[in-house]
Amino acid sequence: ATVTVRDAINQGLAEEMDANDKVFVMGEEVGQYQGAYKVTRGLLDRFGPQRVIDSPITEMGFTGLCVGAAMAGLTPVCEFMTFNFAMQAIDQIVNSAAKSHYMSGGVLSANIVFRGPNGFASGVAAQHSQDYAPWYGSIPGLKVVSPYSAEDAKGLIKAAIRDPNPVVMLENELMYGESFAVGEDFHSSDFVVPIGKAKVEIPGTDVTLISHSYQLRHCFAAAKILKEQYNISAEVLNLRSIKPLDVPAIVESIKKTNRAVVVESAFPGFGLGSEICAQVSESEAWDYLDAPISRVTGAEVPTPYYKELEDMSFPNADVVVRAARQVLYHEDA
Amino acid sequence: KEITLALPEEAFELYHLDNGPDLDFKLTKQQLLDMYREMVVIRRMEMAADALYKAKEIRGFCHLSTGQEAIAVGIESAINKEDTVITSYRCHGFAYMRGASVASIIGELLGKANGCSKGKGGSMHIYTPNFFGGNGIVGAQVPLGLGLGFAHKYRNEKSACFTLYGDGAANQGQVFEAYNMAKLWDVPVVFACENNKYGMGTAASRASALTDYYKRGQYIPGLKINGMDVLSCYMGSVFAKNWCISGKGPLVLEYETYRYGGHSMSDPGTTYRTRDEIKQMRSHHDPINGLKARLLDLEVATEQEIKSVDKEARAFVESEIDVAHKAEFPKATPEVLFEDVYLKGNEIPMLRGRIPSENFYFK
Repeated sequence: ATVTVRDAINQGLAEEMDANDKVFVMGEEVGQYQGAYKVTRGLLDRFGPQRVIDSPITEMGFTGLCVGAAMAGLTPVCEFMTFNFAMQAIDQIVNSAAKSHYMSGGVLSANIVFRGPNGFASGVAAQHSQDYAPWYGSIPGLKVVSPYSAEDAKGLIKAAIRDPNPVVMLENELMYGESFAVGEDFHSSDFVVPIGKAKVEIPGTDVTLISHSYQLRHCFAAAKILKEQYNISAEVLNLRSIKPLDVPAIVESIKKTNRAVVVESAFPGFGLGSEICAQVSESEAWDYLDAPISRVTGAEVPTPYYKELEDMSFPNADVVVRAARQVLYHEDA
Repeated sequence: KEITLALPEEAFELYHLDNGPDLDFKLTKQQLLDMYREMVVIRRMEMAADALYKAKEIRGFCHLSTGQEAIAVGIESAINKEDTVITSYRCHGFAYMRGASVASIIGELLGKANGCSKGKGGSMHIYTPNFFGGNGIVGAQVPLGLGLGFAHKYRNEKSACFTLYGDGAANQGQVFEAYNMAKLWDVPVVFACENNKYGMGTAASRASALTDYYKRGQYIPGLKINGMDVLSCYMGSVFAKNWCISGKGPLVLEYETYRYGGHSMSDPGTTYRTRDEIKQMRSHHDPINGLKARLLDLEVATEQEIKSVDKEARAFVESEIDVAHKAEFPKATPEVLFEDVYLKGNEIPMLRGRIPSENFYFK
């Protein structure tokens, strides 16, 4: 049977709420409305208004509330309707949640999860379509996860809730309705995906495509085209975690393929691709590279509304194919 | 033996409240002397911090509460250890009243390993059980305090969170977001504005369209308290705590007070107000002298007894500072530098140093 990403997160949340009465969910429309994207569907009926709390549209305030409650020993799951709105609250995430353990010499801690849709979304223009992985990934004290499949989603939300550190879970609106086959252990309440471990989705030998979340779809499509049209064997690496980045997995893959393309939807500057290039150049994998790593990113523009312009602003399979062929020095790429 | 005390009508002003705090109440001689002693200890501790800062032993920012001691002492006398307190960077007095030793506070200011935060927080980041700092971003502690109150309610505790902020922070948008949720959900949180008349160098009236900070909760009742009188602070805080734990939701307090020094050590505090104004407050409204005069007036204690409290408190602070001075600095090692970024046992595998060869790996 298959499970949607939406139901996978829902199931993970419900299991953790069952197991631990300190866990509560707060956010805009999480309760009566059943979630702006229905991720929290049914939770209000099951756990009551004490634990599934509809907040006013005041991100800074309710995020601060959640962080304070976490400092007092509760385990809040703070939902943002989208991470674009979390910019209103980023001081509470960075300065209050991420830094307090260090600033207090280990006295304070915040077992909290910040979650919601992130990254590319269709036709919603500049203020509602941005990838924040590099923003949170740069902050010491935070862990950042970014699920792709239903297994990723359930396993990572559960790992995030159980981790005593503040964890940011970057989901993607376009993935919520996608269905995935799941293993037998998926429905166990012990099903957890460890934070910080990447997953080889497709093994390959000629080039590594490194990505996370929605952009992996383009990598899978590209891998198929590369195989069928060019006889290139692409390995697809699903990062699953942004912080910590599974550098050993990246290194291992590059040692095998000798070439890599990073695929992400964030702005190019100071981004995940830049970070991976830097990490690889500081690692033993540098000596194994037969070409510079290529970055496929969002274009350096605020997201445009008109579809054909929007299409030019984000990765797709064709661009990934071109980037892969370029690192293989195909002259016509 | 209990002493009968009375506050004047003008100790409080009410906003949307039918009744205010009791004006007649009783305290024991010991309780009164304790309040007096704690104010003297805080004053001495802040004066020591001032001297250590000027001697360049304290780095960075250092915000002192000299003149505002009655608030920390009044609140702590009214609450118990299960209640929670959070404040801004002007936090030394509150940290002490919540149970942090003077040695651990001064130690933190000196960057010592015995400091409340092991020398990693400094003056603005001091914590002790049920005291959540010590927060450096103006106003950000207010939603955090709402969350602490939310946790009390979530656990059905008969406790409240006192969330302190200054007259400057009172204009932050997030304060009003917190008011809204607190009232909406009847969270046991006391929004406690310490109005010391200046947000850094800006007089309250130059920054606030309404300087009656106790009225700024609009739909939340408010109480203005003479913040230069520890007994008014005490009774006002008793009222606020009882209000919250009786399930009435939040209350907005304004402790009207005055800081004798600058906003921080880098501000002489004399360019935006007159020396005469400061002198006037010190000579006629000082909270320590005020309680002393009352104790003498009511013949609760003799001049001699009070002098001996002064002397003991001064010696106590000096010995604590001596402890802080003798304490070790943290070891400047990668183990210490990278400790506490993440919780022990749940770290990420590697934290990067300045160059790759300084990268720190957790086992």
